[in-house]
Parts: sequence; C-alpha cells; structure tokens
Amino acid sequence: MAKNNFETPEVRTFPVIPKLENSATAHLSPFKSKEEFQTSLGYPGELVDNWQEKAIDKMGDLLTKYRSLRVYLDSCIQCGACTDKCHYYQGTKDPKNMPVGRQNLMRSVYRRYFTLPGKYFPKLVGAKDLTKEVLEDWYSYYHQCSQCRRCAVFCPIGIDTAEISMAAREVMDSIGVGQKYCNEIISKVHKIGNNLGLPEPALADTLEGLEEDVLEETEADVKFPLDVKDSDVLLVTPSADFFAEPHVDGLIGYAKVFHQAGISWTLSSHASEAANFGMFIGSYDNMKKLAMRIREAALELNVKRIVFGECGHAWRVAYSFLNTLAGPFDFLDPRYPVPQHICEITSSLMDQNVLQFDKSANDDMTLTYHDSCNVARASNMGGIMGGQFTIPRKIIKTVVNNFYDMDEETIREKTYCCGGGGGLLTDDLMELRVKGALPRMEALKQLIDEKGVTHMAAICAICKSQFSKVFQYYDLELDQIVSVHQLVSNAIIMNKKEV
Amino acid sequence: MSFVTILYAALFYFAAAILFIGLAYRIYEYATIPAPLKIPTPPAPMTQRGVAVRIFREVVFFESLFSATKWTWLFSWIFHLALLLAAFRHLKYFTDPVWSWVSSELVQVAGHYAVYLMLAGLLGLFARRVFVDRVRYISVPSDYLILVLIIAIAGSGLMMKWFPSDILAIKLFFTGLLTFNISELPSDTVLLIHLSLVIALMIIFPYSKLLHAPGLFFSPTRNQVDNARSKRHVADWAKKMESSK
Repeated sequence: MAKNNFETPEVRTFPVIPKLENSATAHLSPFKSKEEFQTSLGYPGELVDNWQEKAIDKMGDLLTKYRSLRVYLDSCIQCGACTDKCHYYQGTKDPKNMPVGRQNLMRSVYRRYFTLPGKYFPKLVGAKDLTKEVLEDWYSYYHQCSQCRRCAVFCPIGIDTAEISMAAREVMDSIGVGQKYCNEIISKVHKIGNNLGLPEPALADTLEGLEEDVLEETEADVKFPLDVKDSDVLLVTPSADFFAEPHVDGLIGYAKVFHQAGISWTLSSHASEAANFGMFIGSYDNMKKLAMRIREAALELNVKRIVFGECGHAWRVAYSFLNTLAGPFDFLDPRYPVPQHICEITSSLMDQNVLQFDKSANDDMTLTYHDSCNVARASNMGGIMGGQFTIPRKIIKTVVNNFYDMDEETIREKTYCCGGGGGLLTDDLMELRVKGALPRMEALKQLIDEKGVTHMAAICAICKSQFSKVFQYYDLELDQIVSVHQLVSNAIIMNKKEV
Repeated sequence: MSFVTILYAALFYFAAAILFIGLAYRIYEYATIPAPLKIPTPPAPMTQRGVAVRIFREVVFFESLFSATKWTWLFSWIFHLALLLAAFRHLKYFTDPVWSWVSSELVQVAGHYAVYLMLAGLLGLFARRVFVDRVRYISVPSDYLILVLIIAIAGSGLMMKWFPSDILAIKLFFTGLLTFNISELPSDTVLLIHLSLVIALMIIFPYSKLLHAPGLFFSPTRNQVDNARSKRHVADWAKKMESSK
C-alpha cells in the first residue's frame, strides 16, 4: 500500500499532550470547488473582486443572525481549557488546530472590524486585517475542523468551535471560495437526491439485488421497498448504505427488523439521502433545501412516520434541526416523535419482545462501540437524557455476547471524532484524516490489547467510511469496523418464507 | 471641594456609565440576536428547569472547566470566589446603613482574607499563561494586561492595610456619588491608585473578554432545552424564508 508522504502518528500507551509544532499542517487544504458547484449552491463561482469587503459584510450579517457566533467571538477568556481537546491537535500538534487557535483565526478579524479596541489598538488585543494570508489560513484550518464539538463540552462558556467553523465556511462560500468535496455533494443532492448521484433506476436495481441476496441467505422474503405509497415508515438513510461495506449490512439489518416487526416501510428516490452537508458549510439555505426533500417525500408517499438510518451528522440535522427546517410535521402520526432513529425503533421492539436473537451468531467477534460525535454531542435518542449513549449499547448487548467499552475519557459525551467528519472525508485530506484518528485508535488499540476486542461498531456512515480507510495506517483490517445493525442482522432470527 | 474629588467623581460617573450602559447594551444585543437552531451540548436538559440547574452549576462551580483542566479550574474558581467575597466586603462603602449581613463578622473577615486567595488565583492564572506553551501561544498583550490590572487592584487594595485612608470619608464619597451629593475624597496615593485601576476595569469591561460573564448566560450550547422534536423552534429571519416558499 502506498502510504503517501506523511507518517502515521505513533500510538502512545499513555497519551501526553503534544508540544506545539507551528504550521505543522498549514500545507493541508482541500481542493477548491469548481464554478459549477458554487453556482448551483447560490454562491459566486470564483473569488470575487472586492472579496475582503464582501467577507466582512457577510460576517456582519451572520453576527446578527447567529447568537452563538456573536456570543462566542466575544466571550472567550483564552483560558486554554480546550487547547488539548481536539483530535486534530493531538494528531497534528499544530497550534491552529487547538480549538481556541482555530477560533482565533476568525476572532482576530472580528475584533479588527467589529470591536472598538480592535479598531484602535489592534496589536493590543490581537486583532488582524483580513488579508490574503489570513484567508488562506481560514481555508486551511476551517477545513481541519470536523465540527465534532468535543471542545464545546469542556469550555467553561460552552463555546462551540463548530459554530465558528461553519460561519467561516459560509463566509468563504459567499466570496467564491468553496470546498470541492462538500459543494459537489450538495449539488448532487439538489439535482438527484443523494450524495452519490445514484439515480432512481440504479437505486431500484441495487435494492432488488439486496432482496435476492437476503432471500438466498436467510430464506426470508425481506423487501427493500422504494417509493411505495401509503407505507407506515419512510426510511431516510445515508446513500453509502446502498452499496458500501459495512454500511449495506446495516441497511439489511434495518430491513430485517422492519420485516420481523411487520412494519411497512419504504425508501424514497426523491429523498434518498439522510446526510445533509448543508450543515457542514454552515448554510441554512442549503440545509433547508436538502431537508425539504424529506418533507416532500413524506407527503408524496403519504407515510405515517419518518425513520433515519445510521448516520451521525444526519441524525443531528434530523433530531435537532428537521422540525425547524422542514416542519411542522403535523401530517404524520402524532404518536411518534418526528423523526425517529432506527436504533429507537429496534430498541423499543426489543423491549416489546417482538424480535428474537441468537447472540452466538456474533461470537466470532468481541466488540466495542464508537460513539459517533454528532450523535453523542448534538442529538438524543429515546427522549431520555443520555439515551443516545445507552440505546445503541443496549442494542449491541442484546445481540452480542462479547462487549467492552473503551476508556471513559474517549466515549459518550467525551467521545473522539473518527477524524473524517464535518466534510473532511475526502482523499485530498488523507493526512489529516489519519492523524485525526489517533486518539480513537489509541483507545481502540488499548482495548484490543487488554480485552482482545476484534471489532468496533458505529452508527455513522462517515465513521464507517473513515475507519475502513484509516485502519490500515494503524495496522488494523478494514473489516474491523461494523454497523450496529449489521450485528442485529447477524443475530436476528428470521421467519422463513412460507412456500 | 478639591480637584481630586471632582476628578474622581467625574471619572466614576463616566466609568459607571460605560460599564452599565455598555453592559446593558451588550445584553440587549445577545438577547435579541436569534439562535436559529437547537445546539445544546450533552448532558442536555429536557426542561427549562434543567437548564436553570445547568447554568447554576456552571456559574457556581465552573463544572465544564473542572472536567477540562484541574489547575485552571482551581486558580480561576479561587479567584472568582475571592472576587465575590471582596465585593461583599466592599458593599459597606455603598450602603448606609450598612446591610446587616455585610457588616457581619463572617463577611468582613472573609472579605479581608479574600485578597490573598485572589492574588494566589491570579498569579496561578498568570503563571499558566507564561509557562504552558499552548496557553502562551494563544495569549495576546491584553490577556496579560487584564490579569496585571486585576492583580494591581488586589495588590493596591491590600496595600491599604499599611497605608490606611479615612474609611469614613471614603464611604461618604461613594454614598455621596450614589445620591449626587458629593463629599470630599481623601487624596492618599495608594487609595487613588486603587480607585484609578478600578475605574479602568469598569471601562474596559464591556469591550473585552470580561464579557464572558454575561456570555455564559446566553450561550446556546448551555442555555437551550433539548426539545427540538417536540417543540418547533424557528428564528424570525428564518420564518421569512418559509413564507417565501
């Protein structure tokens, strides 16, 4: 395997806070968006002439629209509590990857143009003009933030760097400096309906193939319905679930759960994507436009409830934002929250003893669970505090015999990002992804050594893709990352097709 | 009336105007800028009451900071506690008759020793800024200067133990300021240094990171109820986007 021109960080037995290495990852900048993707999102195609003025105007606009941005730019005490909390800082040692270091790239500009001391005494308060160099730093380092919010948990004021990096990306997009990966994907969803650009016939074909596979394997007539009107459930799932390992095994798991519970469900070719990359670029407009596809599909298909598949930030947008962006959902069955997570469905079916399992089907594995950052720190499940931590674990423990949790400092609300979230899951940022995975890899390897753990389960498409790519850099196998509903799928006892 | 008295009376009125109007304006801004999306961090309360408890714990115990770094927590918590105790003790200069709990021995003695705690906390915070490479990296001159300013306020306050002023006259000056009936301020050097520094702190408050005080109450990650599914939350500017659909 080509290991590129960077070194995988050393896995430390006792993690210590690394010493700063200035500009260690200043060279990492993702590819810039092409003109066509910029314009299809409503942004200028290339850097506008009066970009500096436009950027400041946009900042001013956002400062009146987002209390978070304004309060967080004002309130930082520069106390340093967050400095060692970011996985990218731990993996790269670059001080601009310390959460406050990253925030200060925008804060220094804010102080210069929007505060009295910054206007008259810039040196005193660290205020800076928005120069070309500063813009380059913004582009580089605001694309080295996965918006995972680990820093926000530890900040005494609750300053959320994600809010600032989202705003920075929105400002850059508005002057014509967008990121290729995110903006190309959003364009595809606007046009076709999913991140992969998978059109309806291809999707139908894939689902048909899955039906055949499952029938062959289990002798159960499990359906993967597409655009079936009057179904009970509209399932919205990340498009990675349609083809990639281990994602697709999760999709098979959801289908088996619905089948066994006798819940009629359907996918939609119009809303064939749970992910909403509009959030990554901080664009309320784009996020709303993408979310509206789900509302439109639910109305069109006349479903009773909406259920989301395994995807981290998608669940954040779904749980925390969908009602805001595309609500009210008064046309759905009021007995169910809108939307629901597939884990909530499976968990409550387990409580009702609707599903039967043979745990030994997973005995070839010893598992741990990676709390995906957006699920852990930006959502909930089950309507009880901490449900987003307990429900997935309960599902796993119901279907496997061997389960251990990783170090407490690296799970639940303190979980580490996989290293590929926030619109960074692109090959042009591979060095960052490998380095950013370090804290998670350390916790996992510790458990592999101490407990003989063989596999890690996750409920996020980005986590699954990221780990199946970066595992090899840490001498792990790509199939050591599994979907939670893959475990369900393995263990669930299916009613065979009546002949 | 002496020039010093007139000067300091004017300065205090000016500084108080900046502090209170400035702070009120900031709070007005924070309160009126919408938070368009639900972004509470875990453990996110499901009720308004839960939010109140959460903010209380953050304000009183610095709970998040405690989980982040014990040293910074220790120094800053001690500093803020001492600040509160010292403020209580100083209330005797502004209340007539002095509120009974302010004149209690407990408050006066605690306020007296608070200055040592305050200096210990501040010096700890200063040392961290100098010696921890990550904190040194993020520090700009104003970060050091604010610490120096507060250390100087505490230090000059402590010095008055050895360079005492006429406490009764000071009290008459401040109660006089409150009732617009100004009386003579003693012109002792240490006292005037102490008061000048306090005036400086009052003026910079609404223009500096000291805004973290009101900021915490308006931090959406901490003050939002986690009820996005059951209660629709839409900002005014976002409502306009809906009607245009």
